[in-house]
Amino acid sequence: MKNQENHISSDSTNWTVLLILLILTTISILAIKIHLGSFTVALALIIASVKVTIVLTYFMHLKFENTLLRLMVGGVFLLFAIVIAITFIDYYFR
Amino acid sequence: MSSTEHSELIDSDTGKMGMWLFLFTELFLFGGLFIVYAVMRSKYAEDFHHAALELNAFIGATNTVVLLVSSMTVAMSLTAIQQNRANKAIGLIFITLILAGVFMVNKYFEWGHKLDLHLYPGSDVMRTLPHGEIMFFGLYFMMTGLHALHVIIGGILLTVVIFKIKSGKVHQGHYLLQENGALYWHLVDLIWIFLFPLLYLIT
Repeated sequence: MKNQENHISSDSTNWTVLLILLILTTISILAIKIHLGSFTVALALIIASVKVTIVLTYFMHLKFENTLLRLMVGGVFLLFAIVIAITFIDYYFR
Repeated sequence: MSSTEHSELIDSDTGKMGMWLFLFTELFLFGGLFIVYAVMRSKYAEDFHHAALELNAFIGATNTVVLLVSSMTVAMSLTAIQQNRANKAIGLIFITLILAGVFMVNKYFEWGHKLDLHLYPGSDVMRTLPHGEIMFFGLYFMMTGLHALHVIIGGILLTVVIFKIKSGKVHQGHYLLQENGALYWHLVDLIWIFLFPLLYLIT
Protein backbone atom coordinates (compact mmCIF):
# COMPACT_ATOMS: atom_id res chain seq x y z
CA MET A 1 0.00 0.00 0.00
CA LYS A 2 1.45 3.29 -1.11
CA ASN A 3 0.78 6.48 0.78
CA GLN A 4 0.02 9.79 -0.84
CA GLU A 5 3.00 11.95 -0.04
CA ASN A 6 1.83 15.29 1.23
CA HIS A 7 2.67 17.90 3.75
CA ILE A 8 0.46 17.67 6.85
CA SER A 9 -0.71 21.01 8.26
CA SER A 10 -1.08 21.01 12.01
CA ASP A 11 -4.36 22.01 13.64
CA SER A 12 -2.62 24.95 15.32
CA THR A 13 -1.53 26.28 11.89
CA ASN A 14 -5.13 26.05 10.68
CA TRP A 15 -6.40 27.90 13.76
CA THR A 16 -3.78 30.63 13.28
CA VAL A 17 -4.74 31.04 9.60
CA LEU A 18 -8.44 31.30 10.57
CA LEU A 19 -7.62 33.91 13.22
CA ILE A 20 -5.68 36.03 10.70
CA LEU A 21 -8.54 35.73 8.17
CA LEU A 22 -11.09 36.84 10.80
CA ILE A 23 -8.90 39.80 11.82
CA LEU A 24 -8.61 40.85 8.16
CA THR A 25 -12.40 40.55 7.76
CA THR A 26 -12.89 42.80 10.81
CA ILE A 27 -10.39 45.36 9.45
CA SER A 28 -12.23 45.27 6.12
CA ILE A 29 -15.60 45.94 7.80
CA LEU A 30 -14.22 48.74 10.02
CA ALA A 31 -12.24 50.38 7.20
CA ILE A 32 -15.47 50.81 5.19
CA LYS A 33 -16.80 53.15 7.89
CA ILE A 34 -13.85 55.53 7.43
CA HIS A 35 -14.50 57.70 4.40
CA LEU A 36 -11.50 57.31 2.17
CA GLY A 37 -13.25 58.31 -1.05
CA SER A 38 -12.26 56.29 -4.08
CA PHE A 39 -9.59 54.52 -2.05
CA THR A 40 -12.36 52.64 -0.14
CA VAL A 41 -12.95 50.23 -3.04
CA ALA A 42 -9.22 49.75 -3.58
CA LEU A 43 -8.63 49.02 0.11
CA ALA A 44 -11.49 46.48 0.26
CA LEU A 45 -10.10 44.71 -2.82
CA ILE A 46 -6.53 44.73 -1.45
CA ILE A 47 -7.69 43.13 1.82
CA ALA A 48 -9.77 40.57 -0.12
CA SER A 49 -6.72 39.73 -2.27
CA VAL A 50 -4.57 39.21 0.83
CA LYS A 51 -7.25 36.91 2.29
CA VAL A 52 -7.50 34.93 -0.96
CA THR A 53 -3.72 34.55 -1.08
CA ILE A 54 -3.69 33.23 2.50
CA VAL A 55 -6.47 30.69 1.73
CA LEU A 56 -4.64 29.54 -1.43
CA THR A 57 -1.29 29.26 0.34
CA TYR A 58 -2.30 27.52 3.57
CA PHE A 59 -5.81 26.01 3.35
CA MET A 60 -5.32 24.91 -0.26
CA HIS A 61 -1.75 23.80 0.52
CA LEU A 62 -0.19 25.63 -2.44
CA LYS A 63 2.85 26.39 -0.30
CA PHE A 64 3.62 22.69 -0.22
CA GLU A 65 2.72 21.82 -3.84
CA ASN A 66 5.16 21.30 -6.69
CA THR A 67 6.47 24.22 -8.72
CA LEU A 68 4.42 23.36 -11.83
CA LEU A 69 1.10 23.64 -9.99
CA ARG A 70 2.16 26.87 -8.29
CA LEU A 71 3.19 28.36 -11.63
CA MET A 72 -0.14 27.29 -13.16
CA VAL A 73 -2.16 28.97 -10.39
CA GLY A 74 0.01 32.10 -10.54
CA GLY A 75 -0.32 32.16 -14.34
CA VAL A 76 -4.10 31.87 -14.25
CA PHE A 77 -4.45 34.74 -11.76
CA LEU A 78 -2.07 36.81 -13.92
CA LEU A 79 -4.20 35.99 -16.98
CA PHE A 80 -7.32 37.05 -15.09
CA ALA A 81 -5.67 40.35 -14.08
CA ILE A 82 -4.72 40.98 -17.73
CA VAL A 83 -8.31 40.26 -18.88
CA ILE A 84 -9.63 42.80 -16.35
CA ALA A 85 -7.01 45.38 -17.36
CA ILE A 86 -7.77 44.98 -21.07
CA THR A 87 -11.52 45.22 -20.41
CA PHE A 88 -11.05 48.54 -18.63
CA ILE A 89 -8.63 49.91 -21.23
CA ASP A 90 -11.26 49.05 -23.84
CA TYR A 91 -14.05 50.56 -21.74
CA TYR A 92 -12.32 53.88 -21.00
CA PHE A 93 -10.74 54.49 -24.41
CA ARG A 94 -13.46 53.47 -26.84
CA MET B 1 9.27 2.18 -4.86
CA SER B 2 7.72 -0.38 -7.21
CA SER B 3 6.23 0.65 -10.54
CA THR B 4 2.64 0.22 -9.27
CA GLU B 5 3.36 2.47 -6.32
CA HIS B 6 4.95 4.99 -8.62
CA SER B 7 1.95 5.06 -10.97
CA GLU B 8 -0.44 5.52 -8.04
CA LEU B 9 1.56 8.49 -6.87
CA ILE B 10 1.40 10.00 -10.36
CA ASP B 11 -2.37 9.33 -10.36
CA SER B 12 -2.95 11.32 -7.20
CA ASP B 13 -0.79 14.18 -8.52
CA THR B 14 -2.56 14.33 -11.87
CA GLY B 15 -5.93 13.91 -10.17
CA LYS B 16 -5.25 16.97 -8.09
CA MET B 17 -4.00 18.92 -11.10
CA GLY B 18 -7.21 18.03 -12.93
CA MET B 19 -9.18 19.49 -10.04
CA TRP B 20 -7.14 22.69 -10.19
CA LEU B 21 -7.78 22.98 -13.95
CA PHE B 22 -11.51 22.69 -13.20
CA LEU B 23 -11.19 25.36 -10.49
CA PHE B 24 -9.58 27.67 -13.08
CA THR B 25 -12.71 27.40 -15.24
CA GLU B 26 -14.79 28.22 -12.15
CA LEU B 27 -12.63 31.27 -11.54
CA PHE B 28 -13.37 32.56 -15.02
CA LEU B 29 -17.08 31.73 -14.69
CA PHE B 30 -17.29 34.08 -11.70
CA GLY B 31 -14.59 36.33 -13.15
CA GLY B 32 -16.84 37.19 -16.08
CA LEU B 33 -19.53 38.34 -13.64
CA PHE B 34 -16.97 40.35 -11.64
CA ILE B 35 -15.95 42.18 -14.84
CA VAL B 36 -19.60 42.97 -15.68
CA TYR B 37 -20.02 44.23 -12.10
CA ALA B 38 -16.89 46.42 -12.34
CA VAL B 39 -17.88 47.99 -15.68
CA MET B 40 -21.51 48.56 -14.61
CA ARG B 41 -20.35 50.01 -11.32
CA SER B 42 -18.16 52.58 -13.02
CA LYS B 43 -21.02 53.37 -15.44
CA TYR B 44 -23.79 53.68 -12.79
CA ALA B 45 -21.83 54.67 -9.65
CA GLU B 46 -24.77 56.57 -8.08
CA ASP B 47 -27.33 53.80 -8.67
CA PHE B 48 -24.96 51.12 -7.36
CA HIS B 49 -24.31 53.17 -4.25
CA HIS B 50 -28.02 53.54 -3.59
CA ALA B 51 -28.95 49.92 -4.34
CA ALA B 52 -26.10 48.48 -2.23
CA LEU B 53 -27.56 50.21 0.83
CA GLU B 54 -30.50 47.77 0.57
CA LEU B 55 -28.24 44.80 1.36
CA ASN B 56 -27.84 43.60 4.92
CA ALA B 57 -24.10 43.86 5.71
CA PHE B 58 -24.65 42.01 9.00
CA ILE B 59 -25.95 38.87 7.26
CA GLY B 60 -23.12 39.19 4.74
CA ALA B 61 -20.52 39.45 7.51
CA THR B 62 -22.07 36.50 9.40
CA ASN B 63 -21.90 34.35 6.28
CA THR B 64 -18.29 35.41 5.72
CA VAL B 65 -17.35 34.17 9.20
CA VAL B 66 -19.37 30.96 8.68
CA LEU B 67 -17.55 30.19 5.41
CA LEU B 68 -14.10 31.02 6.81
CA VAL B 69 -14.65 28.68 9.78
CA SER B 70 -16.00 25.95 7.46
CA SER B 71 -12.91 26.36 5.30
CA MET B 72 -10.77 25.70 8.35
CA THR B 73 -12.77 22.64 9.46
CA VAL B 74 -12.47 21.07 6.01
CA ALA B 75 -8.71 21.79 5.98
CA MET B 76 -8.49 20.15 9.44
CA SER B 77 -10.40 17.10 8.19
CA LEU B 78 -7.63 16.59 5.64
CA THR B 79 -5.02 16.76 8.42
CA ALA B 80 -7.09 14.19 10.37
CA ILE B 81 -7.25 11.69 7.48
CA GLN B 82 -3.51 12.14 6.87
CA GLN B 83 -2.98 11.21 10.54
CA ASN B 84 -5.24 8.16 10.09
CA ARG B 85 -7.96 9.59 12.34
CA ALA B 86 -11.00 8.77 10.20
CA ASN B 87 -13.62 9.55 12.85
CA LYS B 88 -12.15 12.97 13.50
CA ALA B 89 -12.12 13.60 9.73
CA ILE B 90 -15.79 12.60 9.44
CA GLY B 91 -16.69 14.80 12.42
CA LEU B 92 -14.93 17.82 10.94
CA ILE B 93 -16.56 17.37 7.52
CA PHE B 94 -19.90 17.04 9.33
CA ILE B 95 -19.28 20.39 11.06
CA THR B 96 -18.46 21.85 7.63
CA LEU B 97 -21.82 20.57 6.33
CA ILE B 98 -23.66 22.13 9.29
CA LEU B 99 -21.94 25.46 8.58
CA ALA B 100 -22.95 25.13 4.91
CA GLY B 101 -26.52 24.68 6.18
CA VAL B 102 -26.24 27.81 8.35
CA PHE B 103 -24.99 29.73 5.31
CA MET B 104 -27.97 28.58 3.22
CA VAL B 105 -30.49 29.41 5.98
CA ASN B 106 -29.03 32.94 6.21
CA LYS B 107 -29.28 33.19 2.41
CA TYR B 108 -32.91 32.03 2.59
CA PHE B 109 -33.81 34.83 5.02
CA GLU B 110 -31.80 37.37 3.04
CA TRP B 111 -33.41 36.49 -0.29
CA GLY B 112 -36.81 36.09 1.38
CA HIS B 113 -36.62 39.66 2.65
CA LYS B 114 -35.76 40.91 -0.88
CA LEU B 115 -38.68 38.96 -2.33
CA ASP B 116 -41.02 40.45 0.32
CA LEU B 117 -39.93 43.91 -0.82
CA HIS B 118 -40.58 42.80 -4.42
CA LEU B 119 -36.92 43.36 -5.22
CA TYR B 120 -36.33 40.60 -7.74
CA PRO B 121 -35.64 40.66 -11.47
CA GLY B 122 -38.77 41.46 -13.46
CA SER B 123 -40.90 42.50 -10.47
CA ASP B 124 -43.31 45.48 -10.55
CA VAL B 125 -41.15 47.42 -8.06
CA MET B 126 -37.95 46.63 -9.91
CA ARG B 127 -39.33 48.09 -13.16
CA THR B 128 -39.75 51.52 -11.53
CA LEU B 129 -36.10 51.65 -10.40
CA PRO B 130 -33.33 53.45 -12.31
CA HIS B 131 -31.44 51.32 -14.83
CA GLY B 132 -28.27 51.07 -12.69
CA GLU B 133 -30.19 49.72 -9.68
CA ILE B 134 -31.84 47.08 -11.85
CA MET B 135 -28.34 46.08 -12.99
CA PHE B 136 -27.13 45.92 -9.38
CA PHE B 137 -29.94 43.66 -8.19
CA GLY B 138 -29.66 41.51 -11.32
CA LEU B 139 -25.96 40.99 -10.62
CA TYR B 140 -26.63 40.49 -6.90
CA PHE B 141 -29.09 37.65 -7.54
CA MET B 142 -26.96 36.13 -10.30
CA MET B 143 -23.70 36.19 -8.32
CA THR B 144 -25.03 35.13 -4.91
CA GLY B 145 -27.33 32.59 -6.59
CA LEU B 146 -24.51 31.00 -8.58
CA HIS B 147 -22.40 31.01 -5.43
CA ALA B 148 -25.20 29.39 -3.37
CA LEU B 149 -25.48 26.71 -6.07
CA HIS B 150 -21.78 26.01 -5.52
CA VAL B 151 -22.37 25.78 -1.75
CA ILE B 152 -25.02 23.11 -2.42
CA ILE B 153 -22.79 21.18 -4.85
CA GLY B 154 -19.86 21.41 -2.40
CA GLY B 155 -22.13 20.09 0.36
CA ILE B 156 -23.17 17.11 -1.78
CA LEU B 157 -19.52 16.40 -2.66
CA LEU B 158 -18.45 16.48 1.00
CA THR B 159 -21.38 14.19 1.93
CA VAL B 160 -20.09 11.68 -0.63
CA VAL B 161 -16.62 11.99 0.96
CA ILE B 162 -18.08 11.13 4.39
CA PHE B 163 -19.63 7.94 2.99
CA LYS B 164 -16.38 7.01 1.20
CA ILE B 165 -14.42 7.42 4.44
CA LYS B 166 -17.00 5.25 6.26
CA SER B 167 -16.76 2.53 3.62
CA GLY B 168 -12.96 2.69 3.81
CA LYS B 169 -12.45 3.81 0.20
CA VAL B 170 -10.93 7.08 1.39
CA HIS B 171 -8.21 6.48 3.99
CA GLN B 172 -4.75 7.59 5.12
CA GLY B 173 -3.09 6.05 2.07
CA HIS B 174 -5.58 7.33 -0.52
CA TYR B 175 -7.54 10.52 0.08
CA LEU B 176 -7.51 12.24 -3.32
CA LEU B 177 -11.33 12.54 -3.35
CA GLN B 178 -11.33 14.25 0.04
CA GLU B 179 -8.48 16.52 -1.04
CA ASN B 180 -10.36 17.56 -4.18
CA GLY B 181 -13.60 18.00 -2.24
CA ALA B 182 -11.74 20.26 0.17
CA LEU B 183 -10.24 22.25 -2.74
CA TYR B 184 -13.74 22.77 -4.16
CA TRP B 185 -14.99 23.92 -0.77
CA HIS B 186 -12.10 26.40 -0.46
CA LEU B 187 -13.01 27.79 -3.89
CA VAL B 188 -16.53 28.48 -2.61
CA ASP B 189 -14.88 30.42 0.22
CA LEU B 190 -12.52 32.27 -2.18
CA ILE B 191 -15.41 33.50 -4.34
CA TRP B 192 -17.30 34.71 -1.26
CA ILE B 193 -14.22 36.60 0.01
CA PHE B 194 -14.59 38.82 -3.10
CA LEU B 195 -18.40 38.85 -3.24
CA PHE B 196 -18.78 40.09 0.33
CA PRO B 197 -16.90 43.42 0.03
CA LEU B 198 -18.08 44.08 -3.54
CA LEU B 199 -21.79 43.60 -2.85
CA TYR B 200 -22.28 44.22 0.87
CA LEU B 201 -19.50 46.50 2.11
CA ILE B 202 -18.82 49.03 -0.64
CA THR B 203 -21.80 51.34 -0.95
